[in-house]
Amino acid sequence: MNILVLMKVVPDVVEELEVGSDGKSLDTSFLRTIINERDDHALEQALLLKDKHGGKVTLLTLDAPDIDDVLFTALAKGTDRAVKICGVESVQSTQTAVKLFGDVIAKTPDLLPVDLILTGVSAIDDLDGLMAAPIAHQLGWPYTGVVTHVTLADKTATVIKEFAGGVRGEYDVPTPAVLGIQAAEKPPRYVPVAKVRAAMKSQTIETVDAPAVEAATTVEVQQMAKPQVTGHAEMLEGSAEDVAGKICELLAKRGLL
Amino acid sequence: MSTATASADKDNGVMTLENLAKFPEGQKVYSCMQCGTCAATCPYGDDLVFPPRAIITMLESGLIEEVFASPGLLNCVTCYACMAKCPRGIKLTEVLLPLVKEQVFTHLKEVPAELQKALENTMRYGNPMGESPRKRALWAKSSPVPVPVISEIKRPVDVLWFVECYPSYHPRGNDGNRATAKLFKALGIDFAILGNEEKCAGECARLLGETGLFEMLTDSNIKLLRKYQFKRIVTGGAHAYDAFKHKYPAAGFDFEVHHTTPFFAQHLAQLKPKLTKKLDYTVTYHDACALGRHNGFYEEPRALLQAIPGVKLVEMAHSGVNSICCGGGGGGMWLDTYYAAKGCERLSERRVKEALDTGANVLAVSCPYEISRFEDALKVQGGEKRMVVRDVVELLAEALEG
Amino acid sequence: MAGNIWIVAEAWRGQVSEITFELLALGREVAGQAGVPLEAVLLGSNARELAQKLGAADTVLYADNAALADPVPENAAAALAQLIKERQPAAVLVPLTNLSVDVGVVLAAQLNVPFLNYCKNLKADGGNLTATCVLYGGKMEATVTASAKPAIIGILPGARSVEQGRSDKAAAITDVAVTLAAPKVHFKKYLDPETADVDITQKDFLVAVGRGIQTKDNLELAEDLAASLGGAVCGSRPVIDQGWLGLSRQVGKSGMLVKPKLYVMLGISGAPEHVEGMKSSQCIIAVNTDAAAPIFNVAHYGVVGDALEVAPALTEKIKARKG
Ligand SMILES: Cc1cc2nc3c(=O)[nH]c(=O)nc-3n(C[C@H](O)[C@H](O)[C@H](O)COP(=O)(O)OP(=O)(O)OC[C@H]3O[C@@H](n4cnc5c(N)ncnc54)[C@H](O)[C@@H]3O)c2cc1C
Ligand code: SF4
Ligand code: SF4
Repeated sequence: MNILVLMKVVPDVVEELEVGSDGKSLDTSFLRTIINERDDHALEQALLLKDKHGGKVTLLTLDAPDIDDVLFTALAKGTDRAVKICGVESVQSTQTAVKLFGDVIAKTPDLLPVDLILTGVSAIDDLDGLMAAPIAHQLGWPYTGVVTHVTLADKTATVIKEFAGGVRGEYDVPTPAVLGIQAAEKPPRYVPVAKVRAAMKSQTIETVDAPAVEAATTVEVQQMAKPQVTGHAEMLEGSAEDVAGKICELLAKRGLL
Repeated sequence: MSTATASADKDNGVMTLENLAKFPEGQKVYSCMQCGTCAATCPYGDDLVFPPRAIITMLESGLIEEVFASPGLLNCVTCYACMAKCPRGIKLTEVLLPLVKEQVFTHLKEVPAELQKALENTMRYGNPMGESPRKRALWAKSSPVPVPVISEIKRPVDVLWFVECYPSYHPRGNDGNRATAKLFKALGIDFAILGNEEKCAGECARLLGETGLFEMLTDSNIKLLRKYQFKRIVTGGAHAYDAFKHKYPAAGFDFEVHHTTPFFAQHLAQLKPKLTKKLDYTVTYHDACALGRHNGFYEEPRALLQAIPGVKLVEMAHSGVNSICCGGGGGGMWLDTYYAAKGCERLSERRVKEALDTGANVLAVSCPYEISRFEDALKVQGGEKRMVVRDVVELLAEALEG
Repeated sequence: MAGNIWIVAEAWRGQVSEITFELLALGREVAGQAGVPLEAVLLGSNARELAQKLGAADTVLYADNAALADPVPENAAAALAQLIKERQPAAVLVPLTNLSVDVGVVLAAQLNVPFLNYCKNLKADGGNLTATCVLYGGKMEATVTASAKPAIIGILPGARSVEQGRSDKAAAITDVAVTLAAPKVHFKKYLDPETADVDITQKDFLVAVGRGIQTKDNLELAEDLAASLGGAVCGSRPVIDQGWLGLSRQVGKSGMLVKPKLYVMLGISGAPEHVEGMKSSQCIIAVNTDAAAPIFNVAHYGVVGDALEVAPALTEKIKARKG
C-alpha cells in the first residue's frame, strides 16, 4: 500500500496578523507560516496505515520558509520520501496550489501509482476552494472528505466521515482515491529532536521545479480587515430574568437556537 | 544498546549510559548498596516502576532495555530528593536519571498530549505555552519601573536579566517581574532584559529526556547572550538558573549567573534599610528543589523574608533538604492529567496541606512554576481564603513601599 | 443579474437541517438585492414533504431519485450540475457543514469553477456578488468578489438566524428529473454516537462549570441548561479534581482543547490554564459574581450575577423559545 500525502503551509495565527499596504492581502514582513494542521493529521493517518500495512509514504509539499524542518521531521517519523516543489511564490491561492500539485503529480514519473492520496480536508486560508476534491477530479479518482478514520483492504478504503452532532457515516471508497482528512485516528506523533537531527544527516529531500501554471482565479479579494475585537466582554445587565432574555435574543440572532 | 547518542559520543568526553564506568561519577553508580533509600524518599516512589535502585540493578544485569520500555520514569519530577539522601552519594538526579530518561523518552510509544504540545510549542515559539515570541516582553509595558531591552539601549549593562517563560507570559509571573524590576531599581542596579529574542532555557526538556530540544535551546541562547555585553546574568527561573549553572557550561557558557533570591540576599545590607513597610504576615517558605537541594540555597530566602518588618517565619513539617516537591519539575508541569489518570496524588496538593497546617497566611516561593501550582492547589484544598502564594521578590517589593 | 439565486437545502435522516433556513434567509436578501427569484434545491428520495418546509423560497426545485436517499456527495453534485446546466443560476449557496461541503467542492470541481469558502455574508449590487469571508481562523475578514458563473459559495453556519428563513407560505414545488450514474463511493451506514462517553471536543454547545457552582448538587442546573441547548457540561480543573465531573470533561491546559459554537461559563474565574483550552470558542458567555474576574477580558458577553440564578432562568427561556 503506497500513500502520497500533500501538505501546504498556512499563516501561523499565534502571531498577530496584519493587513499589507495594498489593503487586500497579509503583511508578509512578520508573517510566519506553519504546516496546515489537518495536513499534519493526513500525514499521521498515512503513517498509521503504513504501520499497519507496510508500504511507502511519500510527502509532497510546496516550498516555504522552514519547510525543510517540516520535511525532515516527517522523515524522522517514518515518511519514506519527501519531495518539495520549488520555485513557487509563498502566498498561493488554493486554486493555484491545486494546479501545482495536480501538474506535479501527473508529470513527475515516480510519484504514482499510489493507493491513496491524503491531504487535510481544509485549511484556514482556503478562500477559493479545498484541495482534495479538484485533485481527485483531475485524476478521475473517487473522493471523500471530512474523514476521521481509514481502514485499507484490497482495492477498497473503508472510511468514516464526520457529519454533525457526533453522527458519522461509513463509506467504501475504491482505491486509488483522494481523501480529505479531518483528523487522524490518533493525534500526530511526537518525534524527539535527536531523531530529526539524525534524519537531517542521513536522509535527503528531493526537489522538483514548479510547473508554469496560470494563476487565473475568478475570486478576487477587494479588501482585507481585522474583525473588531473589543478586548472586553459586552456586559449584559438586569435581573436574572432580563439577562436570560437578552442571552436568548443574541443566541437566536447568531443562529444558535 | 543501539541508539546513536549512546555510542557516537563515547570518545569525546560525553557521558553516556554505555560508557558510564569510564567517568568517576559514573563509576559511583556501581557502588550502590541497594539500601532502597532512594525509592523510599521519592515522592512518586511506587509509580516509577523502576526507582533508582532498580535502575541500577537492571543496568548491572544487562536488562536496562526493559527500563527504557517502561513509561514509569515520566513520574520522576527530578526533585533531587533521592540524590540528597543516597548514603553512597551517587549523583542520581544529576547523572544517572537524565541518561536513562533520555532513552525512556525516545522509547515512549505515545507522548502524553499536554506534554507533546508543550514540547512542540517550545520548539516552535521558544515557550511551552505556545504564545507569540513577539509578545515575550509585552509584560514590561506594565512595569512601574522602566525595563530596558538590551538590543535597544545598545550599551553594556551590569545585570542581564533572563526573564524565562512563565514570568514572561503568566499573569502571576508578570507580577513577580514587576517586583523584581522595582528591587533592581531600589538597589540602583543597571539592568536590561533580552526581550523578544529570549527563548526558554530548556531545563524541563532536558530533565524530561528531550535532550535534543535542550541542546537546540542552549545553542540559541548562548549565541544570543554572546551578542551583548554585561557583567552577570540574574534570572528568576529556578530551573533556568540550574541549567545555566550546571549544564550550559558544557556548551561554552561562561557567564556569571545568579538566581534572584540569592542575588537579593547578597544585597541584603543595602536592601534592608529600604524595607520599611510593615507586613503583618505569617510566612512559610517552600524550598524549590532546584534552588534548595540542588544548589544549597536554604538560608538566603529565609534571610530575605526575616528582613521584612512584621514577617513571622514558620516552617512546614518538611523543609530545607526534606522539602516536598511541588511536582512541576522534569516536565511534571505538563503531566498533571497524566498523573491524575494514573491515580497519583498531585504533589502540589500534598505540599499546600502541609503549608496550611503551619497556620501561615502566606506561602512564599522562589520558582515561577510554584505560584500557579500552589494557587490552584489551595483552591482544590479549599484553603485560598486562608493563604496566599507570593514570590519572595513580591514580598520584598511590597515592603519597599513605605 | 442574470440567473436566479439558489440555495442547496440540506436534509438527512428525514429532517431538514436548520442551516437550510439560515441560507434561505440570506438568499432571500441577496435575491432581493439582485431583483431575481430565490430558488431552493432539495435532493432526495421520497422526501417531497420536506420541500414543503422551504416556503421562504420563491420556488423549490425538488429532484427525486433513489440514488439521492443516502448522503453521497458525488450523486448530489452530479444532480446539481445537471440542474445548473439546464437552468443557469447566478449563484449557488451551499451550507458549510461536514455533510454539504463535499457536495459543494465536488460540484465546483465538476463545473471547473472556484468554491468560494468561509462566507459569512453576501450582497448583490449591480451584476456583482460581494462576499465577506472569514479567513485565518477568524483573524481576518476579506471582502471578495466572485465573477464565476455560477458562483458556488460555501456559507458558514450562523450567517442569518433560522427563524428568518422559516415561512408558513406554501412552497411552490417544481419537480425536476436527474439521471445519475452509479457512484464510485458507496455509502454503507450511519454510525450513531455512543452515548456512554461524551466527547466534549465534538460538541457545538458547552456549558462549563467552575468553583462558582459551589456544590455538586448545583451541577444539575448546568446539566439542564446544556440539555436545553443540545450540548454537554464540562468544567474547570478544580471541579474535576473534586470528582464532580470525569477527567474527560476537563477543559484547559491539562485537559481538552475545545472550540464549540457556544461556551457558557458558570462561575469560572478565567485562569490562563483554563483559557488556553477554550479561547477559540466562537461565542463565549461568562456568568460570574465578580465584576473584576479576568474571564470578562476573554468572553464575548458577560453577566455579573449569580450563576445559580442565571442558569435556570436561561434554561427556561431557551425551552420556551424552542417550544
Ligand atoms: C499546571 C497547571 C495546569 C492546570 N490546568 C488546568 C486546566 O486544564 N483547566 C483548568 O480549568 N484549570 C487548570 N489549572 C487550574 C487553574 O490554574 C485554576 O486554578 C482553575 O482554572 C480555576 O478554576 P475556577 O475558575 O473554577 O475556580 P476559581 O478560580 O476559584 O473561580 C471561581 C469563580 O467563580 C465565581 N463565583 C463564585 N460564586 C459564584 C456564583 N454564585 N455565581 C457566579 N460566579 C461565582 C468567583 O467570582 C470566581 O471568579 C491548572 C493549573 C496548573 C498549575
Ligand atoms: S529525582 Fe525525585 S522524583 Fe526523581 S527519582 Fe529521585 S526522588 Fe524520585
Ligand atoms: S539510595 Fe543510593 S545506595 Fe541506596 S539504593 Fe538508592 S542509589 Fe543505591
